[in-house]
Amino acid sequence: MATHRRRARLSRSRWGDLLLFLFLGVFGVFMGLPLLYSLVTAFKPVQELFLFPPRFFVRNPTLDNFTTLFNLVSDLQVPFSRYLFNNLFLSVVGTAGYIAVASMAAYPLAKYRSKWLDAYFLVVVWAILFRPEVTSIPQYLVVAKLSLVNTYLALLLPAMAGTFGVFLMRQFMVAFPDEILEAAHIDGAHEMRVLWRVVMPSVRPAWLTLAIFTFQQLWNTTGIQYIYDENLKMLPTVLRQVAAAGMARAGASAVVALFLMIPPVLVFVISQSSVVETMAHAGIKS
Amino acid sequence: MRRRGSASMAALMLAPFTSLFVLFTLVPILSAVALGFFSFDMINPPRFVGFENYVRMLVDDSVFPIAVRNTLVFAFLTGPLGYVLSFLFAWLINELRPRIRAWLTLLFYAPTLAGNVFFLWLFLFSGDAYGLVNSTLMQLGLIQEPVQWLTDSRYSLGVVVLVMLWLSMGAGFLAIIAGFQGLSRELYEAAAVDGIRNRWQELWYVTLPQMAPQMLFAAVISIATSFAVGYQSMELTGFPSTDYATHTLTLHILDIGGIRFEMGYASALAFVLFAMMAVTWRGIETLFRRLAEGKGGK
Repeated sequence: MATHRRRARLSRSRWGDLLLFLFLGVFGVFMGLPLLYSLVTAFKPVQELFLFPPRFFVRNPTLDNFTTLFNLVSDLQVPFSRYLFNNLFLSVVGTAGYIAVASMAAYPLAKYRSKWLDAYFLVVVWAILFRPEVTSIPQYLVVAKLSLVNTYLALLLPAMAGTFGVFLMRQFMVAFPDEILEAAHIDGAHEMRVLWRVVMPSVRPAWLTLAIFTFQQLWNTTGIQYIYDENLKMLPTVLRQVAAAGMARAGASAVVALFLMIPPVLVFVISQSSVVETMAHAGIKS
Repeated sequence: MRRRGSASMAALMLAPFTSLFVLFTLVPILSAVALGFFSFDMINPPRFVGFENYVRMLVDDSVFPIAVRNTLVFAFLTGPLGYVLSFLFAWLINELRPRIRAWLTLLFYAPTLAGNVFFLWLFLFSGDAYGLVNSTLMQLGLIQEPVQWLTDSRYSLGVVVLVMLWLSMGAGFLAIIAGFQGLSRELYEAAAVDGIRNRWQELWYVTLPQMAPQMLFAAVISIATSFAVGYQSMELTGFPSTDYATHTLTLHILDIGGIRFEMGYASALAFVLFAMMAVTWRGIETLFRRLAEGKGGK
């Protein structure tokens, strides 16, 4: 598959490839340093965490931080698995739900034509440009009015109300060839069926990418303004709570940072590898 | 694009998202815009003051012009540069084999994915003699005394610009990477037959026109982030920064709304920031359209 594509491109040298790879590699390592730093810091003993001048790598790696965090977490009244469930539930359901509603909204915005939809699209873009600092209080009032405070929905619904994903999906659907849609309609397919069976498979890179953003955002939700029931608290809130005692817990909180980073990185790697494998479907743009 | 299906079908498909959007995004935004015409300290009920908040920005807030200036400097330095860089890197990464591509993308996206990104820069630009930049320059004999990179108002802005560029491989970058996966192979073959001579011509005449929707998306993201520099500058240079050297509108909103509890004035400031972004977006959209028309349409 890759070779097909290669052949279609202009000819290039093996040396050029190597140089390009080296160039990107050097930059890439510099960009990747924060990931590496989070990893090595989790293994640092307390003396090294507060070393001056600071050192990047760990000299005497230890698992103490992990055991400290483990002991802290096993002393919690609510079992750790409950928090993990809360977070996974919110992230998975929220990501799937958002991709579904955003795609459904993006399709008419990309493929139907009317004055109203043009205006709708303008609002979609504008909403991305409005800063959230001043909207959080009105948003709280809406959530409170609907009596959603202290439920999963208080975190789930606002997270699915952003226009970012609609804009992203719409941009990928715009180029989908009309002829294929028409053919599907002539075959008598319902519009919803066309969207899920014909359009969505071809814009797979788009929703896989959207999954990365949405999962990352939801996984890191603290929800402190909406959730006060101990059973419903989110993992980042709880982990930061137990690890927040200044210097004494600095090691544990480094482990927390590492631990919280793993699921988004996994989702990233899985969807990104699928994104670059979708080239088999490529070539349908007219 | 032509009219297909019925208006009711479109409405039906838009309905689920629209109800969420109106309740949890649009109503809060409109309330904030309205609040810009009130005086509201979050304890007493809001009091209507007309355009007083907007007048105050112009005549009675000496920090506001500094915040606007810095916001514009960040926007027009980090916006276009970060945009071009994220396209460039996405394009280059796309030339590599799929497996390598996924891992390199992870590395480039790492600053957006990782938690503690600023440590690295605080270490590089630390104001003591141990900071990497200072110690290197001192060893080379270029400076005698350590430079206060983060707190000296002559340098701090530059450092934040640099870090913003480093952070610019975000949502737009990933969207461009994804966009590359949908490119039509036939067009490249046809272009080769039509006499496209080199990679730059291929990029300009074949790749970019197909990527227009993704490029437009990346442009909006780049506006939304480069105009909203705030916490990045706070983490690096403190809040407030020395002489407000890296103070931005976002930080001003945080200061007024979050610390002084003047929500009315903060909302008015947020609206000004939004207006600046919306105008820029309008200009960029027009530019894109002109470019597309110049190339014979797409």
